[in-house]
Amino acid sequence: MPLVSVPTHLAFASSPLARLNGLDIAVIVIYFAMVIWIGFYLKGQSNTSEEFFMAGREMTAWIAGLSFVSANLGSLELMGWAGSAYQYGILATNWYWIGAIPAMVFLGLVMMPFYYVSKTHSVPGYLDLRYGGEARSVAAVAFATEMILMSGVNMFAMAKVMQVVLGWNITFSIVVSSVAVALYVGLGGLRSAIFNEVLQFVLIWGGALLVPILGLYQAGGWDGMKRNILTNLHSDSYFHLWRDTGSFSANPMGVQWTGIVFGLGFVISFGYWTTDFLVVQRVLAAHNLRAARMAPIIGSFFKMAVPFIVILPGLLGLALRDPAMANGIPHLVGEDVVAANPGADLHSYNEILPLMMARYLGPGLLGLGITALIAGFMSGMAGNVSAFSTVWTYDIYRPLINKRASDSHYVLVGRLAIFIGVAVSIMAAYLVMRAHGIMDYVQALFSIFVAPLLAAILFGMFWKRATRWAGFLGLFLGIIFSASLFMWVKLNPAKLAVVALSPYAKPMAENVFRALWAFCFASIVIVLVSLLTKPKPVAELDGLVYGATKLPTEEWVPFYKREWFWATAVGIIFFALNILVW
Amino acid sequence: MHGSRIPIWFFIGLLLTVYGVMIVCYGCYEAITGKYAPAVQLTNLHTPIWWGGVLLIIGLVYLIKFRPGRGNQ
Repeated sequence: MPLVSVPTHLAFASSPLARLNGLDIAVIVIYFAMVIWIGFYLKGQSNTSEEFFMAGREMTAWIAGLSFVSANLGSLELMGWAGSAYQYGILATNWYWIGAIPAMVFLGLVMMPFYYVSKTHSVPGYLDLRYGGEARSVAAVAFATEMILMSGVNMFAMAKVMQVVLGWNITFSIVVSSVAVALYVGLGGLRSAIFNEVLQFVLIWGGALLVPILGLYQAGGWDGMKRNILTNLHSDSYFHLWRDTGSFSANPMGVQWTGIVFGLGFVISFGYWTTDFLVVQRVLAAHNLRAARMAPIIGSFFKMAVPFIVILPGLLGLALRDPAMANGIPHLVGEDVVAANPGADLHSYNEILPLMMARYLGPGLLGLGITALIAGFMSGMAGNVSAFSTVWTYDIYRPLINKRASDSHYVLVGRLAIFIGVAVSIMAAYLVMRAHGIMDYVQALFSIFVAPLLAAILFGMFWKRATRWAGFLGLFLGIIFSASLFMWVKLNPAKLAVVALSPYAKPMAENVFRALWAFCFASIVIVLVSLLTKPKPVAELDGLVYGATKLPTEEWVPFYKREWFWATAVGIIFFALNILVW
Repeated sequence: MHGSRIPIWFFIGLLLTVYGVMIVCYGCYEAITGKYAPAVQLTNLHTPIWWGGVLLIIGLVYLIKFRPGRGNQ
């Protein structure tokens, strides 16, 4: 079978969910014109490598913080988690709260000083300073590969939305969005990506917020929604976050609290939010250390609110599900079922958000809603390609291919990397079409690459004894171990029970437990190798390791401007929300 | 991010203002003519008018507060 073949249900979609009129098209066209205008406008401010790759390190805490969250609001967040909420209920919210908030606060309060003081341009760059070129190269190649595949996932999801909702040709959607992203990031660099991410963040809220508001109104409020779900599904597990996680079989997701707390809340979450350069790059662009520490904390407030526009539509889809009614939400099924029944006019879980939009949004507002989806996808893609460009140029091209080129040469290489990265992403998008579902695929990437990286960064940042070879071997062998676990279960699904410690475990549980084992394995390798090899002198660890670094004194500000104050506020809201939907 | 540059908040204000005007105008047209998109629910709430109004107000505030040359970021 050729690589770019498209499954039948994607290539020949049945009737679209909605039709755009002239007003909707105008809303979308104006959005595209605006993002490309921003790219052209910022081109003149992106001439040096510091400007192009690091946005001149001039961003305020608010801009860096919003960009930090927005870069993560790609297809995975918007469609994937709305679909997961429909599938698993409010349990999916764990990926927003315990799966993000503690790690974001930890990044701001504890880790950011080391990233910022070391003046590194990337996370692989930090590994280079801490461990040496071997660890950097492994991280850079793994990260660049992950970014391209993630970008492909984003493109695929966006094109699928356009096809399902509007009946647009999948290739047309991919080409138009790719060209726009390549243009504005290629022209304006990270500054343009960050500016557009902030713009996209506002549009996502402006376009998507109406769905839960109107949905809750129609369902009879929060209590009405719960009553309807109970009637439709005969189970109240769908609106409990923790109550039914005592065993794998007691909740729709098939996960247990230990996996959620340690696998998701620690390894996956900390791995993503504190070591994934896609998001960390936004914070590194802050104009001073205090702004860099505040940015993730500001972002965490907004992250806690995102379930309102992502999880709630999924729950409302369950509440308003009634195939017998003319205006009821149809019964949704998995991607594999849709693929197996091409003529049955079935819809998958991942289509719940556009279905809800088509239900409530008329002309103009539908255009805004579709623009919100496109904006989400484009912010994710832009984040992927801008991070890829930086890592390719700083951590692969410069140290391994051309060490002594001029600054302008590296900027040119960075621009070219964006265009080439987008082209490779398009190929990856067609690969993704053949994978089952969006979520499992992306989660697999996270746990394969990110868990060993987290071990290398944490030991490097907080243990002076960690050595050059320990960092390299922990990362390298950790990735191999993690990929082997993934392949083991892929080739023999019965082994899921071994990896996730229960015969009742489902694929989501496998992801969190695989990440946990990969982290443990990489940690053991790092400790053992460190004890057998010679560490760096402490004097060489200044600015890189806790206990060997004298952090700069920050200017005095009143308590309400301090990161500790706002981190405490985040913590209180975080615990209150978890208790509220316990 | 210097004062002479156009801040991102101005771009946001401009876009929200344009969208707000377009959506409010269409909402008024719907309310006056009574012609609603057939598949859309809860049209009795006249969502385009109040939601477009919210976008317009926020957009105008940002547009004025962060207009170029005012020295804001």
